[in-house]
Amino acid sequence: MSLTDLSLAAAREGLRRGDFTARELTEAHLTAIEALNPRLNAYVTVMADRALDQADAADAARSRGEDRPLLGLPLAIKDLFCTEGVRTTAASRILGPFVPPYESTVTANLLRDGAVFLGKANLDEFAMGSSNITSAFGPVENPWKRQGDPATVLVPGGSSGGSGAGVAARLALGATGTDTGGSIRQPASFCGIAGIKPTYGRCSRWGIVAFASSLDQAGPMARTVQDCAILLRSMAGHDPKDSTSIDRPVPDYEAACRRSVKGLRIGVPREYRAEGMPAEIERLWEQGLAWLRDAGAEIIEVSLPHTKYGLAAYYIVAPAEASSNLARYDGVRFGLRVEGEDLRDMYERTRAEGFGAEVRRRILIGTYVLSAGYYDAYYLRAQKVRALILRDFTEAFARVDALLTPTAPSAAFAQGEKMDDPVKMYLNDIFTVPASLAGVPGMSVPAGLDGDGLPLGLQVLGRPFDEETVFAVAAAIERAAGFEALPSLRAGA
Amino acid sequence: MSYTIEGETGLWEVVIGMEVHAQVISRAKLFSGAATDFGGDPNTQVSFVDAAFPGMLPVINRECVAQAIRTGLGLNAHINVVSRFDRKNYFYADLPAGYQISQYQHPIVGSGTIEIELADCSTKPIGVTRLHVEQDAGKSLHDQHPTKSYIDLNRAGVALMEIVSEPDLRSPEEAGAYLRKLRTILRYLGTCDGNMEEGSMRADVNVSVRKHGEPFRTRCEVKNVNSVRFVMQAIEAEARRQIQVWESGGIVEQETRLFDAGRGATRSMRTKEDAHDYRYFPDPDLLPLVLDEAWIEELKATLPELPDAKRRRFMEQYGLPAYDAGVLVAEQATAEFYETVAKGRDAKLAANWVMGDFFAALNRTGRTIETSPVSAASLGKLLDLMADGTINGRIAKEVFEAMVDTGDEPAIIVEKKGLRQVTDAGAIDEAVDKVLAANAEKVAQYKSGKERLFGFFVGQVMKAMAGKGNPALVNEALRRKLS
Repeated sequence: MSLTDLSLAAAREGLRRGDFTARELTEAHLTAIEALNPRLNAYVTVMADRALDQADAADAARSRGEDRPLLGLPLAIKDLFCTEGVRTTAASRILGPFVPPYESTVTANLLRDGAVFLGKANLDEFAMGSSNITSAFGPVENPWKRQGDPATVLVPGGSSGGSGAGVAARLALGATGTDTGGSIRQPASFCGIAGIKPTYGRCSRWGIVAFASSLDQAGPMARTVQDCAILLRSMAGHDPKDSTSIDRPVPDYEAACRRSVKGLRIGVPREYRAEGMPAEIERLWEQGLAWLRDAGAEIIEVSLPHTKYGLAAYYIVAPAEASSNLARYDGVRFGLRVEGEDLRDMYERTRAEGFGAEVRRRILIGTYVLSAGYYDAYYLRAQKVRALILRDFTEAFARVDALLTPTAPSAAFAQGEKMDDPVKMYLNDIFTVPASLAGVPGMSVPAGLDGDGLPLGLQVLGRPFDEETVFAVAAAIERAAGFEALPSLRAGA
Repeated sequence: MSYTIEGETGLWEVVIGMEVHAQVISRAKLFSGAATDFGGDPNTQVSFVDAAFPGMLPVINRECVAQAIRTGLGLNAHINVVSRFDRKNYFYADLPAGYQISQYQHPIVGSGTIEIELADCSTKPIGVTRLHVEQDAGKSLHDQHPTKSYIDLNRAGVALMEIVSEPDLRSPEEAGAYLRKLRTILRYLGTCDGNMEEGSMRADVNVSVRKHGEPFRTRCEVKNVNSVRFVMQAIEAEARRQIQVWESGGIVEQETRLFDAGRGATRSMRTKEDAHDYRYFPDPDLLPLVLDEAWIEELKATLPELPDAKRRRFMEQYGLPAYDAGVLVAEQATAEFYETVAKGRDAKLAANWVMGDFFAALNRTGRTIETSPVSAASLGKLLDLMADGTINGRIAKEVFEAMVDTGDEPAIIVEKKGLRQVTDAGAIDEAVDKVLAANAEKVAQYKSGKERLFGFFVGQVMKAMAGKGNPALVNEALRRKLS
């Protein structure tokens, strides 16, 4: 078995046992990146020298008898996390050559625990997208292929598409993602890996380029549920620099993966039976429920009656916040500046040249919904919907311990599909957005393949700050599903 | 008769409301740890939060919140236990984030009152609508380069309190009194230094005019007037302009105007049509600000004695007239100085000296009470020397001037200059005899009924004694010898 095929947990054991060094593990991944990244475009920036230095430091630390949770484990970092001294782009031209003089709290936590950073992963521009098509550095290719159709390039999902594709293709043991409306869970589903968006406030947002502040939440993506649990434990924690970060102890998520689901009540929200959902997704969902029932869980139908308003509310709240958050990219202090005749002209030229079409669209939507005369009809009403959606979840979680739904209404689609109509693209987020609006944790776990041999994920939603139950349920599905299919494009293939 | 302006069609009343931006005294900025000192080199007090770098987040500074609460308490205002921060969105080069964090719908302080004192010693309560906390912007410097603007972000993110009054003010005088009173309260509380020249207190003035008994007419906002005097001038100029517009058949448009102190007139800055749409919405980076009642009580318990209370106390405790008390409490340092001088002494005499010779000396020497060459203790000793008869009042003024010049203690000056009062009856009689002998003609006039000449004799005797004669003994001796 090649080093790049190891799970994060297995690599951790191998390093502890001295089967190989962090340098060997890192070199194996850098070699894989060199071979595959030109095609997959999963990384915007590869940090080879720095990664090797970190690996050497990890080996030296281990030889001194040190052990840390992630010592010597190579990861990909979504290029939305500011990394000190390493260009951070948010996949946008407007950040240009921006090199942050600071390290985001989440990545600092990972470095504290000994992680090695292989590079900065591609994403949709400013995390706005569900296909990684909007990146200023070009789209990411999903390493999975439809059976018998190796030519068609599929999207990895988004916005954490580089993280998803990179982990699936064995270009990293795990990755950080961020999820605003599904940006961890949907690409995890499309790429056949696991990914969790923890409760809003669980991971610090400090140093993450903001998209929609009330929704943005960092989380891990990896090939197993346990690997996600290992990573989340390091990423999470209270941060006084983020006023929305919550001061609660970080539990042992890895232990939670071993918990039985026996006696757990699992809710099935009836409103998630979306019209036009492929039958195979419907079947997989039923299968997931059956696995849980077999493992001793009780399945209960619940209602989340305001689900159907979720997407509309999301596409008001998120752009509204984005329109304000992205005002700072004005060419005055950092990043791209396009000179103009006066201040206003400079703003207009800089922002017109710096932002891609999807970002511009969302800034326009957001500006519109916050405008005088429209605020009450759009933004305020969306906030009311948001409160109702949270109430739906609160009431459901009074009856059940977790919910099970599909992650996305389809498997990965081809580049070019759904590109003509932004609303069609937005529909990808239909199952992931409600949990984002409510701030509750959600995890996608690979559960099966569709008729074309493409991976499909199931989504486990939990109570706020009850990631442990989410991990337990996701791990039970993972065990039952025995998902062993591999993408056609991967290291060593 | 209240203040009115006479136009061609009759008398006009002026209606004024004030929006004062007061920079909060705090070591760090409202949402970042950067320093707030005035006058630092450009861009030396800027954190990544202030410069709105990607991924940076605001964290509320507890001390700024405490200052806002103290101010609210000082304005007898309601403290809102739950308030919220909103974003006010607009683009400008000195506003790094493209939005200002402010409080729009839910301010930290609700309605309160400021009692202003007018020239005739009457008082008038002025309603305070609200006080909210917000960030200041940076500074754009347009005069450093022929084609470029320079940006200094030292001020960006410094905490401001915006204090909004009800439209209760009716004259430039009232507006001036309001600003001075507000400044006094802020300085007492130590929440703002009130320095209008340095811009740490800035006033926007809303002005409208109306005929007596009418509802309000359209108002205009005159922005950033940077002294009490200019505020008063701006109000009058703007009111006269509006009267002229109304009387010539025009309509006053709601707009923002600037006061040109050089021309003594206001000019249009932007009209309602091109007013900004600020797209206010709750800042998602900040949770609602929820105050602990016990903390509010704690802050209330540690408030200093405020000017109104102190003024009442000075009137009661020291028997001072309202005017004197008002002058002495205008600055905390003055009140403290006065109380040190007055302690155990003639309080009215102490007030006269502080407000008279002492203030005059500060004016003349360009010193402040903090840098005064004469301490309160020294001035008190001077009063003691008068009280125990060591010197008389006239000599006291001479001694005081020497104290101002040298900083010496009064007793030392009296000894050094030999200014001790002469109470020796023989010496006084001798001087009186000499004066009467030299002015025999006037003595005759006095004796034939021209009693006003008594003062002349006193003056001549004092002069002969170099001012050092005990006035009572001199009077007594003269009376005796002239009778």
